Amino acid sequence: MVLLDRNTLNQMFEALAESGFTVIGPTVRDNAIVLDRVNSINDLPVGWTDDQERGAYRLKQETAGAFFNFTNGPHSWKRFLYPPQLTLFNARRRNGDIELIPEKPTDEKFALIGVRPCDLAAIGIHDRIFLKDHHVDTDYRERRKNLFIVAVNCLNPGNTCFCTSMGTGPTAGTGYDLVLTELFDEDQHHFLAGTGSVAGTKMLEKLSAPPASPALLHHCDEMLKEAATKMGRNIRTDELADMLRESFDDPYWQEASAACLSCGNCTMVCPTCFCATVEDVTDLTGETATRVRRWDSCFNGEFSYIHGGILRQSTLSRYRQWVTHKLSSWEEQFGSSGCVGCGRCITWCPVGIDITEVAGKFWEKKYPSRKKAATKRQQPREVLIPVN
Amino acid sequence: MENLEKILATHSFFADLSPKHLETVAGCAKNVRFEPGEFIFKEGEAADQFYLIRYGQVSVDSHIPSRGDATIDMVHAGEVLGWSWLFPPYRWHFDAKAVTLTRAIALDGKCIRRKKDEDHELGYRLMSFFASIMQDMLQATRMRLVDMYSQPTNV
Amino acid sequence: MIAYSNPMMPHLCRINSRKKETHDTFTITLDVNDEEMSPVFRPGQFNMLYLYGVGEVPISISGHPQKTGKMVHTIRSCGTVTRGLARLKSGMPVGVRGPFGSSWPVTHAYGRDLLIVAGGIGLAPLRPAIYQALAHRKHFGKLILLYGARSPEDVLFYKELQTWQKRSDMTVYLTVDHAISDWDHHVGVVTNLIPRVNFDADDTVAMVCGPEIMMRYAIMALRNQEVPENHIYLSMERNMKCAIGLCGHCQLGPKFVCKDGPVFPYHRIAPYFNKREI
Repeated sequence: MVLLDRNTLNQMFEALAESGFTVIGPTVRDNAIVLDRVNSINDLPVGWTDDQERGAYRLKQETAGAFFNFTNGPHSWKRFLYPPQLTLFNARRRNGDIELIPEKPTDEKFALIGVRPCDLAAIGIHDRIFLKDHHVDTDYRERRKNLFIVAVNCLNPGNTCFCTSMGTGPTAGTGYDLVLTELFDEDQHHFLAGTGSVAGTKMLEKLSAPPASPALLHHCDEMLKEAATKMGRNIRTDELADMLRESFDDPYWQEASAACLSCGNCTMVCPTCFCATVEDVTDLTGETATRVRRWDSCFNGEFSYIHGGILRQSTLSRYRQWVTHKLSSWEEQFGSSGCVGCGRCITWCPVGIDITEVAGKFWEKKYPSRKKAATKRQQPREVLIPVN
Repeated sequence: MENLEKILATHSFFADLSPKHLETVAGCAKNVRFEPGEFIFKEGEAADQFYLIRYGQVSVDSHIPSRGDATIDMVHAGEVLGWSWLFPPYRWHFDAKAVTLTRAIALDGKCIRRKKDEDHELGYRLMSFFASIMQDMLQATRMRLVDMYSQPTNV
Repeated sequence: MIAYSNPMMPHLCRINSRKKETHDTFTITLDVNDEEMSPVFRPGQFNMLYLYGVGEVPISISGHPQKTGKMVHTIRSCGTVTRGLARLKSGMPVGVRGPFGSSWPVTHAYGRDLLIVAGGIGLAPLRPAIYQALAHRKHFGKLILLYGARSPEDVLFYKELQTWQKRSDMTVYLTVDHAISDWDHHVGVVTNLIPRVNFDADDTVAMVCGPEIMMRYAIMALRNQEVPENHIYLSMERNMKCAIGLCGHCQLGPKFVCKDGPVFPYHRIAPYFNKREI
């Protein structure tokens, strides 16, 4: 473990760019922390934090000038590994004959800076889905091959976070090249950095940073342990998959989905939701056609369309499909839960439906006498200047 | 007569009847035979008989002017044809026509009606039997109402 | 080379021949010359057929599994893509991805009676299984086909059905929902034929394909005859975009119809089979 300061961290941005990486990280735009190109530490959300609650998200400034003192915004990294829109191939028609022209996979190399442990787990889940089956997603494979991941541990989990419940955080597991923990120690702002790969080790060597003291490492461990207890949300996951498998006819789905608008926001912000549709577009002359893959949502009517009818007509059935897929059938399909506890679906649901509350209800119904998982509300973070 | 009793006893329903009841029913029965295309009964006629089909195939039809005969059901060997004889006004609702050479046992409706009124045990067994046939046919008809192979109209 | 290791990239196959089957169904035979594409398939599998600029549809393969290098598809025109495919002529190219999915376990029926129940266009995905069963006829006990269609005009492969009907080693029953004149087969839903045929119920393998509602009643009738649940196979249909388990559309509970199916042993999907809006 080594210690980086702001300058060495900035050197990492430069080193990555020099190695041909497109560097993606959190940055403030439209009153939210989104993921986009970042050229230096100055593009990070320096001094910004957020308040999140069901159906609510507000940015505000904090005093310390931290780079990573916020929790996930609406974007997840899937937009770079599994883009919202992707051309699959082009086709040309000439004299009644057609030619199919494969789309070259991107050769863009991405470095992802600031991947939270929950999102790192989500990438692991996508690896399982797109790379470990009989057929692979070749575009994902190319994007994944060239990836450099800088994870950032969470010391200050948000109000809608529940990664502890899902076993994905707040400390990053595996799958990163580098992992950072942002520390403020005696007015020093630095980043404890560890490596998780050969590429990560090489990067640290390049940055020639001093090793961290055992005392600091200990301090960091303690803080991360404490962070694990500060989740704004919690759910019990034992037996949950089974409970939901048997929940199909449970009348509670009516109540759980009563407010649902079937807007699909939860699926768009979810870092693991992977459903996609394809569209065919032709130019006006009909000489060329393109087949495009787009993110789809199980909340769309067309999603379950089958010759002349929509199988899942009701919003209830769509909400039930989403929750049972995420928390139950995913396990049979891919060997893990489809939820990483990032909390985005709670924050970005326009009517504030809370998946932890819904899951908890099934627990309560089965074991009325047992205590449901405790939900702690955090104190609002220190505010300097509220945005808007 | 003895011969008819034997034939009747091979049918699933009559197999369960007591020898006494079998004898009674056999007293109302006779062997009949229809050539292909021959009408067994016609819509509107008096329904005085029903048939245990022993061999062949019978179509139950309704004639649609300018379109032909709409086949409502096919009755095969081992099955029973006709129930309009059971209830007033005792008139056939459809045509029945032998599709192939058909051999059957015809049971005299008037005769059976009289005997079942005299002997409620026999009447109960007959009615149970016909009720189960009607259930099968009603279920089959309802399934056809679903029109499961139809093309969706909103594509 | 990358393109051809990409399962989302169609291969071009030319239409060798086309044939009108009924007023709304047709059969196209495609030549498979592309070395990157498998020239063989297993009965019950499907291909994704791409119509230039319009879209892609999953269509089961209806040809003989031993005739390699040809992909035969029997298609009902009911959507924009299938209606477009219906207009294509011999020699014209179609994009093909596949074959995909699970298959009818014809060998599971070795030493047993094989009962095939088909409804409507559902006969098409079963035809390769029938061909395979006939090619290995001596391995089976009885071979029975029950086929139902809406009307005599909707009966698929009628000439072939008549040929099969004449065979002494195969029993074929045909039925329609609506018949006007000159129909000397059965009338009524196909599932009602199940109690009328003789087979050794606890030693029978049943393969069922047709509209989902017809399969529901078929299972009811087969269970009434005490055919074991794990001897009943059905072919399911769901919305499909990728055919390789990556697009999420075809989920039936935890099953992906495209890669876990389309052919399932009934007991595997029983918990999800008769659920509304699942």
